[in-house]
This record gives sequence, C-alpha cells and structure tokens, in this order.
Amino acid sequence: CVLPIDNQSLFDIISKIDLMVNSGKLGTTVKPKSLVTSSSGALKTRHKKPFDAMNNIVANLLLNLTSSARFEGSLNMDLNEISMNLVPFPQLHYLVSSLTPLYTLTDVNIPPRRLDQMFSDAFSKDHQLLRADPKHSLYLACALMVRGNVQISDVRRNIERLKPSLQFVSWNQEGWKTSLCSIPPVGHSHSLLALANNTCVKPTFMELKERFMRLYKKKAHLHHYLQVEGMEESCFTEAVSSLSALIQEYNQLDATKNMPVQDLPRLSIAM
Amino acid sequence: MSIVTVQLGQCGNQIGFEVFDALLSDSHSSQGLCCKRENEAYQASCKERFFSEEENGVPIARAVLVDMEPKVINQTLSKAAQSGRWKYGQHACFCQKQGSGNNWAYGYSVHGPRHEESIMDLIRKEVEKCDSFSGFFIIMSMAGGTGSGIGAFVTQNLQDQYSNSLKMNQIIWPYGTGEVIVQNYNSILTLSHLYRSSDALLVHENDAVHKICAKLMNIKQISFSDINQVLAHQLGSVFQPTYSAESSFHYRRNPLGDLMEHLVPHPEFKMLSIRNVPHMSENSLAYSTFTWAGLLKHLRQMLISNAKMEEGIDWHVRPPLSGLPSLGKMSLNKDLHFNTSIANLVILRGKDVQSADVEGFKDPALYTSWLEPVNAFNVWKTQRAFSKYEKSAVLVSNSQFLVKPLDMIVGKAWNMFASKAYIHQYTKFGIEEEDFLDSFTSLEQVVASYCNL
Repeated sequence: CVLPIDNQSLFDIISKIDLMVNSGKLGTTVKPKSLVTSSSGALKTRHKKPFDAMNNIVANLLLNLTSSARFEGSLNMDLNEISMNLVPFPQLHYLVSSLTPLYTLTDVNIPPRRLDQMFSDAFSKDHQLLRADPKHSLYLACALMVRGNVQISDVRRNIERLKPSLQFVSWNQEGWKTSLCSIPPVGHSHSLLALANNTCVKPTFMELKERFMRLYKKKAHLHHYLQVEGMEESCFTEAVSSLSALIQEYNQLDATKNMPVQDLPRLSIAM
Repeated sequence: MSIVTVQLGQCGNQIGFEVFDALLSDSHSSQGLCCKRENEAYQASCKERFFSEEENGVPIARAVLVDMEPKVINQTLSKAAQSGRWKYGQHACFCQKQGSGNNWAYGYSVHGPRHEESIMDLIRKEVEKCDSFSGFFIIMSMAGGTGSGIGAFVTQNLQDQYSNSLKMNQIIWPYGTGEVIVQNYNSILTLSHLYRSSDALLVHENDAVHKICAKLMNIKQISFSDINQVLAHQLGSVFQPTYSAESSFHYRRNPLGDLMEHLVPHPEFKMLSIRNVPHMSENSLAYSTFTWAGLLKHLRQMLISNAKMEEGIDWHVRPPLSGLPSLGKMSLNKDLHFNTSIANLVILRGKDVQSADVEGFKDPALYTSWLEPVNAFNVWKTQRAFSKYEKSAVLVSNSQFLVKPLDMIVGKAWNMFASKAYIHQYTKFGIEEEDFLDSFTSLEQVVASYCNL
C-alpha cells in the first residue's frame, strides 16, 4: 500500500504549530522539546529549515507505524496486517494518514477528555498529512494505532463516539482495525496514528491528472523523457489511463455513499 | 487425568497465562473453607491436570505456546517465571518472526503446513509427559490470523493424529465493532472448520466480558488484561477439581470427558457458553453475602433470558407453558425471546453446597423435546470454595445463546463477500471463493439447527 504525503499539508501543520507556540497561547503547559517538529529546541525563531521540521513529522509517522512491531502491547499489529485490513481491492491501496498529538502538555495524568480530544483531532482536516477531508468522504476502512497508556475501553469509547459522524461503505460498516502498543513515543504519554482508506484521495488524484494533462497536451518537456532508452510515449498514455481508472473506481464508490445499507438475501438451508 | 493446553496467537497466549495463574492461585488459596486433607487433595488434583512437576518444586504448566511472532510469547514466559509460583516449560514454545497478518488463509495454508512437524512434535512431547491423558484444551481467537488460521489447522491435525482424545476449543468472539476489519471472514472460516474437527467449542464474547468488567467489576479503564482475568476466573471455576458423582470422596478423574458427555449429546450442537455468579470486585465482595437460593435463581434466569451477567437480567422472560405446541422456527427479531437449552451443567462450589436446590433447572420446559431433563441436566457439587468466593455457581450451557451473534457475523461476512472486498488477500494463499461458500453453508446450517430447537 501507499501512504501519500503532501508537502503542502506538512507545511501547513508546522506553520500552525509555529503560530500557536509563538503567540504564547499555549503558555507553560507545552513542553518545548515535545513538539513533533522540534529537533533541537530552537523555538522562538521562525523555522529556518522548514524541511527538517516537515521531515520530522514523517519520521514520527514511520515510528508510529512500526511501533507495534518493535515494542510490546496488548494488541499487536505489524505491517502485513495494515495491508491486509486496509486494502479491500488491489487498486485501492492509498491510505491517508494523520498523526496526533503534534505537541504534548506537561500534565502527566491525562484525563479522558484530553485523550478523547486526541481521537477527535485525528479525524480533523488539519491533522491529515495529505490535503484531504476524510470526514466528508466515504471510508472504506480505518486503522487506529495507539501508543502509550491507553486501554481497549478508551479506544472503544472513542470509536462509538466518532462513528456517527463518519460514513463507511455499506459492506464495511464496522471497518475499524485497532492496535495498542504500550510504549509511547519520546516526550509524549500517548499518541495516535490513524490510517484511512478513504475516497477523499480522489481530489488529489484529479488535480494531479489535471496538472499532468496541462503539460502533456502541449507535449511540453516530453522530449527529455523520450530521449531515455526504453521510455516511450505509451508509458505516458498508460499512466494516464491507469490514473483515470483509479479515479473512476473512487467515483463509483462515492456514488454509493448515501444509499441505505441493505442486507443481501442469505443462503437458505433445506431442513 | 491431564489436560494439555495449546495456546495460539497473541490472544491465546495472553489468556492462557491468566488461566494457569488463576488455577494455581486458587489451588493455593487459604480460603478454601475445608479441612487440610481436603485442600491437599484438591491441590494435587489440580496439579495433576494442568501442571507437571520439576526438580526444584516449581510446577510447569502443561502447555504448548505457538505464535508467529516472538514478543507475546517472550512476555508470557517471563511473566510466568516472574510469579515464582509456576512457569512454562523452556522448550514448550514455537515462534517465528513474521506474524500472520490477520490473514486466515496465511495461517491455515502457509504457516500451518510449513510448521506442522515442529508444532505437532512439541504437542507430542507434552502429551508423553502425562501419565494419563484426557484431552486438549486449545485457546485461540477467531478474528486474527495466527489463532484462527493455525488454530483451525492444528485442531484438524489433532483430530487425525489423536483421534481417541478429546478436543475442546476455547474461542474468543471479537468485539462487534471492529478489532480487525476482516474479522468476520476469519471468524466464519474458523468456525466452519472447527465445527468439523473439534469436539466442543467453548465461546467467550469480548463484548460480554467487557460489560462484566464495566458493570460488575466497576473497572474504569478496562484493559485486555482485565478482560482476560475475568475469562480465566470463569474457566477456572469450571476446570478446577470437582467431586465425581459416584463418590463424594474423590475428585473427578476425567473433566473433559465428563463435560463432553454431559453437554454435547449430538455433534450438530457443539457451542457452549459459561455464565457464573457471583462476580464482583474484591471491594464489593467484602460487603456481600450470598445464599444458594438467590444465586441459583439468578443463574436460572440468566440462562432463560440469555443474559450474560448478573446485572440487567430480564425477569419477564418465562419458559413456554408445557403442553402447548412448540413455537416453531425461532424468530431472530423477537425481543422477549426464551433461550431453549439442549444440555446444562451447573457446578457449585463452597459452603453448605449440599443444601443447594437445583430443581429449577430440571424443568422440562427449559429444554428441547428430544432430551429428557434427567439426561440434559447435571450438577456437580464441591465443598471446597473457589477463589475468595464463599459460594460460587457456574453454568456451562449448550443452548441457543450464540444464535444471534453467529447470525450477525454470518450476515456481515456475507455482505462483504458479496462485494468481493478483501477476497484477493485470501485467494493469494489458496483459499478460494468456493471455500468461503462452503463455510457459509455450514454455518447457515448450524444457525438453522439451533433455531429449530
């Protein structure tokens, strides 16, 4: 499976964090070293190296993705389980990721409200690492990888709470995969990585196709590619048609979005 | 006679640890409410069933641990060793580095055959250590890849290689709202295979045990460890030694055999559930007193109304009046539904147990017409109390209680199957659409049979 990540989203995230930190709104409750973006604590100055901060977020994503395979937990999950559970059809293997929290508070005993806030944040548009809004599109599947002192009852409570506001495809109404890892990331008491197979990736692909077609129609820059041994124009046309097919699949799924869930007739047994 | 436990996957291993721990701490408990000689006989019987002796006196659990990744087994082994009171055999485990990816097909078709020899070898060694061998107790979950897939494969192998021994599978029914997205597929594949190769399926639903933790035990932040401890308590109250019917001076020799004989009269009906009273947190226990009459009344109503725990029992449900024609096919949508039983076993432990009156369970209206209550109902009474409860009663029941959950899982799996979602993950490893259809057919058959009781 593929986890597309958008530089624009990453930049938006670090700017937001910057804004919050520099405006002093967070006060003394935020631990300076706990920011997902900080590598060496340079706080007050505007980010001179934004790519470092952005890459830091991606690095954290990878850490959280593999944490359950590296550390113990009450419900382990490895990379194979991710592709097994989140890829219902071979072509639809693009996952939107979101990471929370992006900073921590000094208060060690996080009351359930803050914990629940972490879950809500994971589904908000601002925390996605791709410019997409999963809440208003159709979910095919969703995985929640939790780290830290979070138990199964907390996860269940939050799933129950958030389910009504999310739309799942008709054949996967309870399409949640959860994993619990006991060891939290450095500087945090708990964290959540949400991976969603959601039709909200469609606009990203459509935009990509549009930008591609703008250049391709004029055959701009094409000769540089065609000069290379083995590269032919058919590669371009195949790429476009494959992308179009993918967009079409997402369209078909979206069309089923608001349809009522119907139970299909079951096998009947002669007694 | 001894029981060999096979713990499969993360779930199986985590639960297995809690079960052995509960069994041993109960057998060493000082609140047995009986004389010393009695207590020693109890301990000896418990030890013989579940543990083998080592030189320096630390009992070793008669268990084989199997998992496709090492972390859980390592944790389980060290937790047992840390307790100081018991441990697992050093070479009793088999693990790989890879995991099964929640894929039943991978567990059944790839891991199973690949590691068949090593796993069966370990099991054989454990069986050979027993002086007299009663059967297997296999702990697994339905939702994952290892427990479900390898569990199904191993049980089939055990049926081939140990056809004279009994096999009881302890299955964990996953939460209704997702732990694993493909849990419904994994569940129906597991259940249909186990129905053919296992002798009895003892089912625990995560949702039900979760409610027990929340409502009866008052645990605020429920962890899997809490859930597993409740489970272990229930299993312990069934598997700890009980008197045999013939003489009240000897503990029963063949628990598995007796359980099967009483509860599985017909191979079409294999699903068993456990309900126990009372069950509460230690704090509450200090302030509670119980009477046998009260406990048994609650237990009977729990059976009739299909309640999973002592709280929130629906007292309106009543058995149908005898003499009326049977109500025909059970409607799955009826609210006030009466739970018909095939067979029931009540195990009573504790003070004044001989005075407990179980007549309420012998009512023919509770049972299906083709079995007389005298054959359908049994009671085992033991003086020695279990785990801090002065009086405790546990009901092991073969009844219609699982029809609704089974129907739901089959329904959800069917909907998903109709859209062909995730099927490519299974066909990759040799489980084809026909295999799915076979599973659906067998389970629809089971649902129909139970409905028509």
